[in-house]
Amino acid sequence: MQPVLEGMGAIDLPLQQRVVAALRTYLPADAVLFEAEQTRPYECDGLTLYRQVPMIVVLPATEADVREILRIASALGVPVVPRGAGTGLSGGALPHAAGILLSLAKLNRVLELDPEARTARVEPGVRNLAISQAAEPFGLYYAPDPSSQVACTIGGNVAENSGGVHCLKYGLTVNNVLAVRGYTVLGEPVEFGSAALDGPGLDLLSLIVGSEGTLIVVTEVLVRLVPKPVLARCIMASFAEVDAAGDAVAAVIAAGIIPAGLEMMDQAATRMVEPFVKAGYDLEAAAILLCESDGTVDEVAEEIERMSTVLRAHGATRLAVSANEAERLRFWAGRKNAFPAAGRVSPDYYCMDGTIPRHQLGRVLGAIRDMEVKYNLRCPNVFHAGDGNLHPLILFDANDADSVARADAFGVAILELSIAVGGTVTGEHGVGVEKINQLCLQFDEVTRAAFINIRLAFDPTQRLNPGKAIPTLHRCAEYGRAHVHHGAVAFPELERF
Amino acid sequence: MPTTPQHLPELARLVDQVCMAAAQRQPLTIRAGGTKDFYGNAVDGNTGVAEQLDPRSYSGVIAYQPTELVITARAGTPLREIETLIAAQGQMFGFEPPHFGVGATFGGCIAAGLAGPRRAGMGPAAGAIRDFMLGARVLNGTGQIQQFGGTVMKNVAGYDVSRLLAGSMGTLGVLLEASVKLVPRPFSEDTRRLACDEVQARALLSRWARASLAVSASCWCEGQLVVRLSGAHSAVMHGIAVVGGEDLSAAEATAFWSGVREQTVDFFAQSFPLWRVSVPATADSLALGAPELQEWGGALRWVATTLPAATVRARAATLGGHATLFRNNPGGVVALTPLSAIQQSLESRVRAAFDPHGIFNSGRMHANAAC
Repeated sequence: MQPVLEGMGAIDLPLQQRVVAALRTYLPADAVLFEAEQTRPYECDGLTLYRQVPMIVVLPATEADVREILRIASALGVPVVPRGAGTGLSGGALPHAAGILLSLAKLNRVLELDPEARTARVEPGVRNLAISQAAEPFGLYYAPDPSSQVACTIGGNVAENSGGVHCLKYGLTVNNVLAVRGYTVLGEPVEFGSAALDGPGLDLLSLIVGSEGTLIVVTEVLVRLVPKPVLARCIMASFAEVDAAGDAVAAVIAAGIIPAGLEMMDQAATRMVEPFVKAGYDLEAAAILLCESDGTVDEVAEEIERMSTVLRAHGATRLAVSANEAERLRFWAGRKNAFPAAGRVSPDYYCMDGTIPRHQLGRVLGAIRDMEVKYNLRCPNVFHAGDGNLHPLILFDANDADSVARADAFGVAILELSIAVGGTVTGEHGVGVEKINQLCLQFDEVTRAAFINIRLAFDPTQRLNPGKAIPTLHRCAEYGRAHVHHGAVAFPELERF
Repeated sequence: MPTTPQHLPELARLVDQVCMAAAQRQPLTIRAGGTKDFYGNAVDGNTGVAEQLDPRSYSGVIAYQPTELVITARAGTPLREIETLIAAQGQMFGFEPPHFGVGATFGGCIAAGLAGPRRAGMGPAAGAIRDFMLGARVLNGTGQIQQFGGTVMKNVAGYDVSRLLAGSMGTLGVLLEASVKLVPRPFSEDTRRLACDEVQARALLSRWARASLAVSASCWCEGQLVVRLSGAHSAVMHGIAVVGGEDLSAAEATAFWSGVREQTVDFFAQSFPLWRVSVPATADSLALGAPELQEWGGALRWVATTLPAATVRARAATLGGHATLFRNNPGGVVALTPLSAIQQSLESRVRAAFDPHGIFNSGRMHANAAC
């Protein structure tokens, strides 16, 4: 039951020719791609379930190029879909059949690095890890570390409000971006935030971060850098029961500790990754926790001791503390390679991203185990346990239509359960096109209307990444009619439509 | 966030008042304890005399499970009540909010968006209110109740309106309930005092920040730099060794930081216009020839001066920041730095998305542009 999406379909060739001609009045020929063999590589992002060849791909090299492209697109009334590295997992960069795919990959310069102020001013196409590499000589780094950090760009991170395994302690993108510059869909220059810690108006930067490219096109980002800790050590703790591991997570938090990372993998996940990464995971344990401390040598020693005491008191059957950096990285290798490992053991996998209150962990994992039976698909679980962000990996076969349908239904069931227990359908991967229907369930009609009004405040033309992030009222009405939940119509209030 | 039956009448009263005001285009001033009446511009009433909306009867903690590190409470809940409740569980707000009086409420604290000394501290336990906002329930300008965000740590579903509400000064809607992330109280804390000038103070604080020193607050005034260290015992001990200076007793330290936060220390006991100048911490000296108190590693500079607003604002802008006339407005000066035309227009459009008739706290932040 994949949603019928806006912007999918055949290319209108005369329109394509008109827009190409207009763009070429300003841009060099090699910056405007429209032949199928050139545009095909852009047909999807990290969510490969959805594909659409874009009408045109443009590759601006400067901020001024971006402005001109937006002005040309406005004059012709053409939709614009911004794209970074295309690593997103929710289809946020899925192209539009009648639109321009605006790749910001060539805007990839680190413009300024100020070690005193601990900030970096970068273009949107700079890769997440490249910021940390540029900052390294100064003993600084950019903290948010999504698993795709080698490839993903800061522009994409801003669009998605990306997290990572260390955001429990260091915050999400929204907590680490000080300011952005960019253009409205009409090509008007805008700036939000500043190098100062606050501004004189509404905090519109909070809306921009995580807006999935629907409000403005970002052309410059000012990020906060933090000092690299002298030392990091990681505890690997085994548990005989998943619930016990969940309780131990709560106990660590209750003890007043905010670990640098606090991750859980269930047995299915450790058994899936171990053959590939040889991390030394305890394969007999029902679940393992990775619990990291960073700071000075003394601080780390103090915190590791404190965390070990709590974990033992809450039923850890085995504790191993990384003795050196190589071992620490090996502990993490399994966690960070969970997605590729899933790709090796199964033809396809579908990664979910719900976040739940921590105390619901046991209940939700139990329910997922029951769903594995119901949908007859395996689902190893890795997750950011410290902040309740689940990543169930549903293993399926895309060449088997029935398997796809079951995977899809399995995913929807997990998302709905996340909402039911007081959580959200997406903790860090974004809504994109993937979870657009579930937003109809998570937010009521008046709240969704507010989202639409915000979108219109920035983009009255609704041409910036249309069909993503925020469902139209019409879409939710359609979904409500089709979707009967627990024997009751999901949206009784929409009957009058 | 369920509304319990005993709170329904209060909620209904607020909804009725807003619906009535919306129908009659009656401007409203949202005001609880009135502890921050001085902050921002007077509500201009737009088309007439503003009527007051008092959310204090909508009060009480809705949910608090210490292991979730989140509290959900109604906006009218006294701030002091929440701080006492969470302190008993060894937790606190990472933004150390000023109260500015006994009547301060949870909602007023969020709407004002003001953070205290811990704002620029190192590590996960410090930040602005927006950094800790997880969810909010709002009564909009047409009397509808909207629910943004949630109670979980990570949530990227829908636009992040909860954070936008922090510091929106009641110009978007009536905040009904909010969920805010909490942080554990530090295991150890110590406050040091040393003599230095303002340039030295900022240089030291910048160096210490780059060295990950556990600084959770700083205050420089009249040649004295006072620094608070918070964190693991070893981190604080290490900080003491690096910072040096003389030790303040726990009681002295508590009184001092409370005085800075609540603006009861001597510096604030004067009648000159008090400017709140927010600039990058590493910016040069303001050099306005007026007394200053600096917090947040130099990123927040309080200046008492009768210099023209244009002079103060121009200097703040040159240094990459802005200046707010915080207290003792001599009259006729807009409190907040005016926005650029496009910023103003976007802001007005966003406001209209929540409050199409412009009934809430009109003009408290900026005059609304036509839209």
